[in-house]
Amino acid sequence: MTFFLEQLIIGLSSGGIYAIMALALVMIYKSTGHVNLAQGEMAVFSTFIAWTLVQTGMPLWPAILLTVAVSFVGAIVLERVVVRPFAEADDLVVVAVFVGLFLSIHSLAGAIWNYEVKPFPSAFSDGSVSLMVDLSIRTHTLGSLVTTGAVLTAVWIFFRYTQLGLALRAAADNRESSRLVGINVSLMLALGWGLAAGIGAVAGVMIAPVTFLDPGMGLAPLIFALAGALLGGITSPFGAALGGLIVGVLEAMISAYVPYGIEFRELIALMLILSVLLVRPAGLFGEIVARRV
Amino acid sequence: MIMESTDMTEGRTGPHRNLSVPLARLGYAAALLVLLAATSGLEGYDLFLASSILSYAISAMGLNVLMGYNGQISLGHGAFFAIGAYTAAICIDRFAVPFTLTPVIAGIVGMGAGWLIGKPALRLEGVYLALATFGLAIATPTVLRSDLFAEWTGGVQGLFLGIEPAPEWMGLDLDQSIYLTVVAYFGLFAFLTLRLVQGLNGKAWIATRDNPIAARAMGFDVTRAKTRAFVFSVLACSVGGALQAVAVQFVAPDSFPFFLSIALFTAVVVGGLCSPLLGPLLGAAFIVLVPNVTEEIWQGGSWAVYGGVIIGVIAIQSRGLAGIMTGITSWVRDRITGQTTTRYERK
Repeated sequence: MTFFLEQLIIGLSSGGIYAIMALALVMIYKSTGHVNLAQGEMAVFSTFIAWTLVQTGMPLWPAILLTVAVSFVGAIVLERVVVRPFAEADDLVVVAVFVGLFLSIHSLAGAIWNYEVKPFPSAFSDGSVSLMVDLSIRTHTLGSLVTTGAVLTAVWIFFRYTQLGLALRAAADNRESSRLVGINVSLMLALGWGLAAGIGAVAGVMIAPVTFLDPGMGLAPLIFALAGALLGGITSPFGAALGGLIVGVLEAMISAYVPYGIEFRELIALMLILSVLLVRPAGLFGEIVARRV
Repeated sequence: MIMESTDMTEGRTGPHRNLSVPLARLGYAAALLVLLAATSGLEGYDLFLASSILSYAISAMGLNVLMGYNGQISLGHGAFFAIGAYTAAICIDRFAVPFTLTPVIAGIVGMGAGWLIGKPALRLEGVYLALATFGLAIATPTVLRSDLFAEWTGGVQGLFLGIEPAPEWMGLDLDQSIYLTVVAYFGLFAFLTLRLVQGLNGKAWIATRDNPIAARAMGFDVTRAKTRAFVFSVLACSVGGALQAVAVQFVAPDSFPFFLSIALFTAVVVGGLCSPLLGPLLGAAFIVLVPNVTEEIWQGGSWAVYGGVIIGVIAIQSRGLAGIMTGITSWVRDRITGQTTTRYERK
């Protein structure tokens, strides 16, 4: 029983990170209709920035905040310069551009920080907290769980109760009408990218102490986040966050209880993606989009 | 995107037909002769590189049919390349199959796997197929590395392929016999691709890509067209993988990383979509030769070059290297004959 609870909390903790990543994917999908394949690499790049700041002697928390700010601005520039020119192109072009972006960011990270695996400090104190008689959990696991909760709540409040959040939702929902009521849609698209990169950076900083930091780190979280986003519905922020949590718990349970489970985690994520797309393409909470012929 | 070469209005009709068909055949024959002549002209590592390029070109030809002609995006065909390579390796390692026959078996096994994955995946469209195959690309290396199949695949260590050279009387060394086998399969696939693309299948693929609803209304079976394109691409990729494994004489999980799928995608986009032979050939040369140069400069340099070149190609010359080549040749021809070639452009 304790073992199960332990796995559950570990699953929730990594699921929280997938939830943030999934949320970042949804953010870009909702505002531009693109699935950002480079999301994982962007998060890794941000994490490297945080690492560099820490190396120069900055305390971790300010470093994280600064990283989020830098990622926010960087992503807006990226959207303007690289992605925007192809916004209306057909699928193949858009996918090719994202693959190009993926490769470029990955190799840029490799060129700047090389491919050595680096330890990354946890934002929380070392050691563990004991929850029950013989159940103790690492502070980092608990801390990243709390951070996830905070980020998700903040995003929810932002979209639900602020003027800017409302404008963003409107721009994503109906570009023409939003333009007519005076919303700067182009700015909102850029803002969507910036927010996605910012919360992606948080995910990177939370996962790096567990997986260690190297340029290839973003690949596995990306596929889990993708599975989560599709499971919950890629048009629904709430659904995507929940989907991410479910995928995280599923991953932990399969690794713990199924023989060879650890080796086949990615394959299971793939199966999940395929079956969701086939059985219920809109996901659990996504809206079903009817297309005009 | 303008893909003029696939326009239905263009084709082998009109006054030039009588001349252009024999000329094209002459060109193919000459190209095949050049490839055969290379057997004695090149040696050692150069011959190995040529074998590599040709086997990647076979895979790229298949993927080009899927992406260029049929408009379905796959980021995961490295998985089928790996299946082909491992099938060849296991055939040689376990059953002592002659290496010249392994691509046939690899093709059959690959098509089986392609059917299993394609059956559900083909119901997906556009970006969603790209996402599912992206997942396939990420999952493949971990499956190959697994201990579960280690008895067959050799696990992390991989497998060595013991390859016998051709019989003594033919006077070929090992590299030459491998190269000639690759050339033979390349010729076969070049022929198949051209026949398929120029025939009714090709029309069905293009119609399905450009307007599935109209295609259906005109009596094309859209699902069948998609499935055929997918199966052909999988066949080509697994045969290419088998030949590549034979050329390297070794397979291991690290030879088929996630990056391989991206490299195949790069070969098709950079080589030129909808250029049935030249594009895949140039694209394959690109993905084989560029890492040789860039990896010496900095590890992961080829990722940067691929990424930059993909975005550049998409932005500037959407028909890739093949488009640039055709542009140059038609410019030269126009200078010589003093007339401009008429072009039909879509959109």
